[in-house]
Amino acid sequence: MFDLESVLERYSERGRDALLPALWEIQTGLGYISLDTVHRLSHTLHVPATEIYGVIEFYSLFHTEPTGDTVIQVCTNPACGALGADAVMGGLCDRLGIQLGETSADGRYTVLSTTCLGLCEHAPAALVSVRGVGERAVAPAQVDDLLAGIFPPYHPVVGGDIRVLLDGIHPGRAQPLADYGDYVALRHALIASSPEAVIETVEQSNLIGRGGAAFPTGRKWRFTRQSPNLPRYVVCNADESEPGTFKDRVLLEGRPHLLLEGMALCAYAVGASRGFLFIRGEYPEAARRMAKAIAEAEAAGVLGENILGTNFSFHVEIRRGGGAYICGEETALFEAIEGKRGFPRIKPPFPTTHGLFGQPTVINNVETLCAIPGIVRHGPDWFRQWGTDRSAGTKLVSVSGHVQRPGVYEIIPGITLRHLLETTCGGIIGSLQTVLMGGAAGTFLTPEQLDTRLTFEDLWAIGGTFGSGAIMVFNDTVSIRDVLQRLGHFFQHESCGKCFPCQIGTQRQSEILDRLDAPLAGDYERLHDIGLTMTQASLCGLGQTAASAVLSAMQIWPEVFAGREGVG
Amino acid sequence: MSEKMITLTIDGQSITVPEGTSILAAARQADKDIPVICYHDATTPNGLCRLCVVDVNQGRVLQPACVAQCQDGAVVETRNERVERSRRTILEMLDSAVDLGQAPEIQTLIHDYQAAPDRFPDAKRRDHSELDDNPFYVRDYSQCVLCWRCVQVCGEDAQYTFALTLGERGFNTHVTTLFDIGLLESPCVFCGQCVGVCPTGALKPKVEWGMEQGFSADEIRQMTRRPRRKADSEA
Repeated sequence: MFDLESVLERYSERGRDALLPALWEIQTGLGYISLDTVHRLSHTLHVPATEIYGVIEFYSLFHTEPTGDTVIQVCTNPACGALGADAVMGGLCDRLGIQLGETSADGRYTVLSTTCLGLCEHAPAALVSVRGVGERAVAPAQVDDLLAGIFPPYHPVVGGDIRVLLDGIHPGRAQPLADYGDYVALRHALIASSPEAVIETVEQSNLIGRGGAAFPTGRKWRFTRQSPNLPRYVVCNADESEPGTFKDRVLLEGRPHLLLEGMALCAYAVGASRGFLFIRGEYPEAARRMAKAIAEAEAAGVLGENILGTNFSFHVEIRRGGGAYICGEETALFEAIEGKRGFPRIKPPFPTTHGLFGQPTVINNVETLCAIPGIVRHGPDWFRQWGTDRSAGTKLVSVSGHVQRPGVYEIIPGITLRHLLETTCGGIIGSLQTVLMGGAAGTFLTPEQLDTRLTFEDLWAIGGTFGSGAIMVFNDTVSIRDVLQRLGHFFQHESCGKCFPCQIGTQRQSEILDRLDAPLAGDYERLHDIGLTMTQASLCGLGQTAASAVLSAMQIWPEVFAGREGVG
Repeated sequence: MSEKMITLTIDGQSITVPEGTSILAAARQADKDIPVICYHDATTPNGLCRLCVVDVNQGRVLQPACVAQCQDGAVVETRNERVERSRRTILEMLDSAVDLGQAPEIQTLIHDYQAAPDRFPDAKRRDHSELDDNPFYVRDYSQCVLCWRCVQVCGEDAQYTFALTLGERGFNTHVTTLFDIGLLESPCVFCGQCVGVCPTGALKPKVEWGMEQGFSADEIRQMTRRPRRKADSEA
């Protein structure tokens, strides 16, 4: 039985940054968070009750009303949509005799839709939350299994031309510390390198961030170390929520120690002793495995106090997100850790000087940090042997949709998209219509662009983006209108609502995309104005890219926006 | 200690200001008008309405003048084509979502920027029913533009009462109380600061509201002395 008293007691010495962990425990234990519970939590954490309510309201995995014993959320992203998500959702609702969003008469099930669950290689996906037990991600989701409580484990599909980051990935389990090794790079750095030398090595490697913004990692670390204020923090952004992106999930679930060693090296380099690993709420298995790995590493003395017998200490805490794409934006992620609504902050100031708790902070993507141990151990030249000057090192891509083997692939930048899809992924299923490159915030590519080289610079040159490495493949059985409508719903659902252009623009964009079959006169111009306004005037990267795919579609297929009659 | 001075160009005019000055402040100093909705001298600027966006060095994105600081040598344009499109579209979208009938300053901007009325047909509006749950002021969130000022003065910008917060997110964001309870049950101390900073008719003193509704002075006196649910239910 869930015991609220003991939970509150455990949190009694904690501050506001314990709000999300506390809400998660209560949500899982009781299935919802009541007014009375909010008052109790307010007294425990010394946070105004009204503010706690505002936080609960922001995150889609927290509920203020009772739900069914089991909540099933079916993914509606374009990859799941192309592979039967609607049938799963419809099947569940039919069998339970309910509409989407409702709870079955016996109170056992609630069925909801959700945005991308990051299981695109096993589409369609679902997230199952059982009261008193916790969450479980299921893919491919099948109606019978979901209702029978059978959740067959999914296994990562990995491959590619080379195995560096993906080396040691096994189906069904995380790589244990014994297999991973004794944090050799960290040991080497602690004994033989100064923090300054580690930063120099990372700078010389030309590593650029893998989360989507492609900022030089070494420069970020240097700026942080140069900030005089203490303490400094290391934050790993594992809020991977970009539709079509699931590479970080595979790393978190498969190679937790690679990530932890990367975080520890970063902490050593910038002079931090505390780190946070912010994992999106929809990745329960990743959170479980990372927690286990942290315990394992601390027991072995490669994490925690006086690591490897030196005076360097580094502690990592896991924070689970509450269900909000915006928290992948670095400053919104800080707000979430601080126990607030996930609103992005105005930049500047940047995280390197004013990050988590207002302190100098390095925030890096999972894949970026996973590249660090190899770079430190083997040197910058080792890393630069792959790729190009501007796209150095191996790179992970998440391929979903109509290819023979959707999965996470490690590539050497410079190969063509054609090579990736036709050879590495086993070939395109059916006749290729388009590739959505870079996720929902990316752009559409045409079959004529298949020979584009997969590097940051080549993709920028054609007006596209590598983004987070999401590659969604659609053959000619897919309706572009359907894809656009799903993207529109995604941004409409995920806009935080802070700045006016995105708050209203994502709603209006979605409304216009929903009537593409019978557009009103002037809709093309409306979409164009909304798109440019969101792109140029929004506060953060979400709004600035919320029209990216739509604007690219308007260039490629103007007829799609001209109403049903205009399509041949 | 002497302040470091920097020089920039705003609409072709060279201006020298102390480092750390916002573009909005510098522009006002030079008598140049940059429109704002969420900005208020007494509250922490959040740069969220984006009406004040300006073009700085023809950058990829526009900068919010209320929070963006002047940079030495910067070339700022306060009203060019893309600035105009952004402002006009934001105003058109706002007009399509919110009842701006009692926001004369925004109406003036709509006129200035030639924002088309009904630019967005069949658009979902943020309709809310009027909340008349206390003797002091009436809340009509159909007129709320989400400038956040009321939430800010209720919290850390002034009163530290924390009666107000934001519910939901995205387009559906709305100002509300703890579990939407009435203000009399909330921590609200009726200091009136939220009413004072509201840029539209969303928050209105009960007396003003009563006069608009055509109640007599006597009737208004009656209704401001005890809590009422809805005026129309008792009318």
